[in-house]
Amino acid sequence: MTLTPAELTSAVSGGIGTSPQRPDGNLKVRGEFAYASDLWHEDMIWGATLRSPHPYARITSVDITEALQVPGVYAVLTHSDVPGRNLYGLEHKDQPVLAVDVVRYQGEPIALVGADHPETARRAMKKIVVGYEVLEPVVDMETAADDTPLHPGGNLVRHVPIRRGSQDVAAEVVVTGRYEVGMQDQAFLGPESGLAVPADDGSVDLYIATQWLHVDRSQVAAALGLPEEKVRLTLSGVGGAFGGREDLSMQVHACLLALHTGKPVKMVYNREESFYGHVHRHPAVLYYEHGADRTGKLVYVRARMYLDGGAYASSTPAVVANAATLGVGPYEVDNVTVDAYGVYTNNPPCGAMRGFGAVQAGFAYESQMDKLAEALGMSPVDVRVRNAMTEGSVMPTGQVVDSAAPVAQLLKLVQDKPLPAGTSSDLRELPGGVSNTTHGEGVVRGVGYAVGIKNICFSEGYDDYSTARVRVSMVNGSLAAAVHTAACEVGQGLVTIMQQIVRTELGIELVTVLPMDTTIGNGGSTSASRQTYVTGGAVKAACALVRDRLAGRTDIGDEVIDETTEWRHRATEAIDPETGQGNAHVQYGFAAHRAVVDVDVELGLVRVVALDCAQDVGRALNPQAVVGQIQGGSAQGLGLAVMEEIQTSGGKVRNPSFTDYLIPTVLDMPPMSIDVLELADPHAPYGIRGVGEPPTISSTPAIVAAIRAATGLALTRVPVRPEHLTVT
Amino acid sequence: MDFLRPETLAEALELKASRPDAVPIAGGTDVMVELNFDHRRPGALLDLTRVPELRQWSDGLRIGAAVPYARIIDELGTALPGLAMAARTVGSPQIRNRGTVGGNLGAASPAGDTHPVLLASDAVIEVASTRGPRMIPATEFYLGVKRNALEPDELIVAVHLAPAAGPQQFAKVGTRNAMVIAVCSFAISLFPGENRVGAAVGSAAPTPRRAHEAEAFLAAELDFATPKPLLDSVKREFGELVSRAASPIDDVRGSAAYREHALAVMARRTLGWAWQELLSRKNRGGEQSCA
Ligand SMILES: Cc1cc2nc3c(=O)[nH]c(=O)nc-3n(C[C@H](O)[C@H](O)[C@H](O)COP(=O)(O)OP(=O)(O)OC[C@H]3O[C@@H](n4cnc5c(N)ncnc54)[C@H](O)[C@@H]3O)c2cc1C
Repeated sequence: MTLTPAELTSAVSGGIGTSPQRPDGNLKVRGEFAYASDLWHEDMIWGATLRSPHPYARITSVDITEALQVPGVYAVLTHSDVPGRNLYGLEHKDQPVLAVDVVRYQGEPIALVGADHPETARRAMKKIVVGYEVLEPVVDMETAADDTPLHPGGNLVRHVPIRRGSQDVAAEVVVTGRYEVGMQDQAFLGPESGLAVPADDGSVDLYIATQWLHVDRSQVAAALGLPEEKVRLTLSGVGGAFGGREDLSMQVHACLLALHTGKPVKMVYNREESFYGHVHRHPAVLYYEHGADRTGKLVYVRARMYLDGGAYASSTPAVVANAATLGVGPYEVDNVTVDAYGVYTNNPPCGAMRGFGAVQAGFAYESQMDKLAEALGMSPVDVRVRNAMTEGSVMPTGQVVDSAAPVAQLLKLVQDKPLPAGTSSDLRELPGGVSNTTHGEGVVRGVGYAVGIKNICFSEGYDDYSTARVRVSMVNGSLAAAVHTAACEVGQGLVTIMQQIVRTELGIELVTVLPMDTTIGNGGSTSASRQTYVTGGAVKAACALVRDRLAGRTDIGDEVIDETTEWRHRATEAIDPETGQGNAHVQYGFAAHRAVVDVDVELGLVRVVALDCAQDVGRALNPQAVVGQIQGGSAQGLGLAVMEEIQTSGGKVRNPSFTDYLIPTVLDMPPMSIDVLELADPHAPYGIRGVGEPPTISSTPAIVAAIRAATGLALTRVPVRPEHLTVT
Repeated sequence: MDFLRPETLAEALELKASRPDAVPIAGGTDVMVELNFDHRRPGALLDLTRVPELRQWSDGLRIGAAVPYARIIDELGTALPGLAMAARTVGSPQIRNRGTVGGNLGAASPAGDTHPVLLASDAVIEVASTRGPRMIPATEFYLGVKRNALEPDELIVAVHLAPAAGPQQFAKVGTRNAMVIAVCSFAISLFPGENRVGAAVGSAAPTPRRAHEAEAFLAAELDFATPKPLLDSVKREFGELVSRAASPIDDVRGSAAYREHALAVMARRTLGWAWQELLSRKNRGGEQSCA
């Protein structure tokens, strides 16, 4: 039996602006959807990865002799078996496919085993003998740049300065703060998995759960020393991504084993390995100073931020740029001084995660706005509204915001929502839940607000485009369409959106979404809230070409109309390396939250009672999916606020499991009241504005503000722990 | 790996005697995790789910080791409120449908939720082998981190627990509002007829532990015959003594200092709730006899 990704067809009607069923919805709900971990191929063998137990060590020897002798083992590979370039990376090629003479993080891959059974592979792996000379790890992001260099160019990955207006202006009211953000994990539910199938001509097919097929392909081909056309990728069922699949995990490894053994090779990480197998959200330390006049108008913002990229660069440069350029938040500030630093350490590598640099800055600048409100005796909403940016405002980069920026309106919408009833007597609605820690004792309510800003699509001059192919032919006497892209469906619902766009553009109800693969051009990354915008734009453009050829016909006989096109959003610019000035971003998204919390101040336990949100989405192509994104993004922000953190000690992960890495359950996440604004962006297809990330940014600071309101504590670090709340 | 499926207790004990390496499996909610994580590679699994003697409870109370939490909550909530409260905090509905008190005892994790209740309520653990049965008081059952008093050929058969003689409470701190392992936990049982209180802490020492001094303090301090509202100072002192009974560590789930603090708070609050219940029972009883 061979199980590979299937075509998704659904006969439901529904163009844009409606919420038709997902073509993969029923399969997923019934547990019948084939995820990458379900891939199967006759005669396949299993791959396993030997990883470093040390955050920083010199490798003195690797002995694979005994492992090779285990019956059932087909291959044991090390760096010397990598035929092409043994270095990859999204922005800097600095990460070895397999470690050579040094390991820079706990979990770094050193060797691969291919065997007839996963158990055999694991056993053989334990027989590989690696000699280590353990080194003192670099773990402090604030001093890393001056510490032992972990890479040839030193430990500073990128410094982004922003200089706007006066650099030494004074203000009547000044608040300062130091904030910390812990390392959050994407915690997608489907762990990394893939299947590599070798072909007779030395080429390879890789079925993989990823976020970006083409960039995977170019990195895999380079490592394998193959031309790109000899590496074919097909997207497999993806169980969530949130940024964590933008970097390679086992892509090269599985292909190496397959080409080496001539057999199909499957690899699946378990949850623990998954924690070592993908990048996380950058932990950060942020220093801020806000100056305002007595009316609450911001005079200046100065910030210094450190983002810990861990052992390899991944997307650190872009994350740092986001933190810097979005570092003052959705506010008008004439005088800005920002220095954001992304550094190498021996902590786990960090890269893309929903919110991408804007989350870390958001927690800090929103905490500062509350501090400012307090210093001024203003309400948190008033001080924000006083400084809220609008269409036409100028960013710290000098970029003019040239579409809707309804920051004040979003804040007022959440402020005007009815407040929830008083503290409940139902255990499930109290802090601690059915753990029965309070019947109301010690419970204090607090309310907090936050608003955030996120760039949508890729920035800084990146050629950000997508490719779409739309094919129309007759099926059972009616027109039917098929849409083909390489844009990854990771659970967000792009498959539905593409169907809706084709239905609207062509008036054809039956739309089949073909498997996403590299037989078509680049679809770009499923990140930066960009796929509906960019791939949606490409599908719309391909439909226009098809429509011209259809010329109103509803019967085209045996003709097949097949059009492929590339579509790109308007260009952005690099920012000036000294002043940070430039039109770096293509679009901005905004969301605001009001959080209501009950805090058991004696036990330090929190229950988020309400987490209401208002967001402008330009145009809701699929209203239900929009609300789903807002709920999910808000929940992920709740996780960062009160529970989610990969705890490290000396570079080692202390909680690589869902037993101790906690994500919110249905009893932690309240039902939400959500207002969706549709203020069309004239530059975007259908006027849409990216949806997925903005709610993740404002959710966290709103909750922490509410906890501060309940407790009176400063709370400068997320996630907030019971220890912080009880000062123990 | 062999999968042994006895149909009776006698057969199960025979199998365990002949295969001491066989790992018993009831709900499997601990065993399967260990197998999946490759922490354990037993030669055989001994499935207890088909043994009727282990799947029932009888008045008195004798609760079969393999009765799942969901049934304890549904069927024994009135007789054993403390155990039912603890059962209600275990994992998720799926885990409560499968997981058992016998499994909690078998795993003997210091964080197991039923342990403080069993200790505070004077439970006795019935174990057996082909050599015969043994009755082990809960206080003697927990020997160390994930170590209990079972011999290699023994199985846990049942837990003996008298129906609650008075109010009982259980509370557990976790950093999530459901599906969370205890950072620390606490159970209290009032025995009004005997003028005493049972109290025990979980997840705050290498084993679950009874808080003897705290119990003795309340036995001396409280008047069960003519109960009056509790003084804050009594609750406070009780909390302090409970937290002193613990010897917690710092770990990923919480700091030692926080655990000590939280135990004191939980002890104070649960004592307050239990005592309040006792007072209102007395009041109701008083009203009835007047009428
Ligand atoms: C997602 C999840 C959440 C969880 N949450 C909690 C929680 O909140 N609180 C909590 O306390 N626990 C929790 N657990 C742990 C587990 O569910 C409990 O310890 C449960 O009581 C185990 O019962 P079981 O029947 O499934 O045990 P099993 O897994 O079948 O067995 C556990 C151990 O006991 C032994 N054993 C079982 N029955 C017997 C017997 N009759 N005689 C001798 N030995 C026996 C087994 O050999 C094994 O060593 C959780 C587990 C999971 C997977």
